[in-house]
Amino acid sequence: MDDIIPNKKLDIRGLKCPYTFVRSKLTIESMEPGQVLEILLDYQEASNSIPKSMEDHGHKVLRVEKINATEWIILVRKEND
Amino acid sequence: MDFTEEQILRYSRHIILPEIGGKGQAKIAKAKVFIIGAGGLGCPVGFFLTAAGVGTIAMIDDDFVELSNLQRQIAHSTRTIGMPKVDSARATFEALNPDVDFIALKQRITAENIMQLIDGYDIVVDGSDNFPTRYLINDACVLMGKPLASAAILRFEGQVTTIIPGVGHCYRCLFEEMPPAGLVPSCQEAGVLGVLPGIIGGLQAMEVLKIILGKGDVLKESLLIYDALKTTFRKVKVPRNPDCKVCGKHPTITSMDGANYGGDYCQG
Ligand SMILES: [Zn+2]
Repeated sequence: MDDIIPNKKLDIRGLKCPYTFVRSKLTIESMEPGQVLEILLDYQEASNSIPKSMEDHGHKVLRVEKINATEWIILVRKEND
Repeated sequence: MDFTEEQILRYSRHIILPEIGGKGQAKIAKAKVFIIGAGGLGCPVGFFLTAAGVGTIAMIDDDFVELSNLQRQIAHSTRTIGMPKVDSARATFEALNPDVDFIALKQRITAENIMQLIDGYDIVVDGSDNFPTRYLINDACVLMGKPLASAAILRFEGQVTTIIPGVGHCYRCLFEEMPPAGLVPSCQEAGVLGVLPGIIGGLQAMEVLKIILGKGDVLKESLLIYDALKTTFRKVKVPRNPDCKVCGKHPTITSMDGANYGGDYCQG
């Protein structure tokens, strides 16, 4: 499972909803279809809402991982423009 | 387009929408909209388009703010009574959103100046309150191929339609001739419930944003009629008239030169 190398990394620690998703969305918009974005966050609610919103926007959520007591990593592949 | 931190916060509820995103917001920021009238309809249209971050908004009106306007014209206030309406609107809109480039034109729109004034704008909004001006705006927009968000209000009823020249109907396809002066009530007799222009102007602003974004269906072959007393919306199909004087197969109106849009209508 450690074989996914993200094309871009985004650190949104310290941000709350909706800016967690606003930031993530603006970043993925700037990428090419097929590329992978890694999002690092510490807002618990967003660890559920970002994957759902990304799927709603037609992107593929590859992984949601809690890396320590307060932080998560989400891997999303851009599927469309 | 790179947004500032402030812009990301200001437009975040737009950016979140799948239909808009950063790309759609950038389109809004590049758009240039020309609003005719700073009254009941022009105020809410200008207000919402300013809030939405439309890049350039021009507003034309030669009138001054009066106390009797304030029951419905939401860009003006008790403090701006006596000021030119476009200057009063400018103060409100600049306070709301400094991103927007607001161009205040304190003059009357005429057959002589309209084409030069709207040249360079993407979309025109008709917030005028009289028939001659409505036909004048329609003809100029059809001749120049400019999308037009048109509306009218009276008492408790409002009508909205969007004219995309070459694609759907125009205002003359809908109402071939101007009603004779005297048949329509003058401003003094007419009356309007203050919320009505807010609702109808809100619909016009929505049509403008959808044209900018290229999303959804605009009222390009239909007329939406709102009855505030009955609380009903009716959407009526409007066919294009092949014999239309301005957008038909053999138009007789081919320029604004020498056109007569006179008539003794109230210009309030
Ligand atoms: Zn026509």
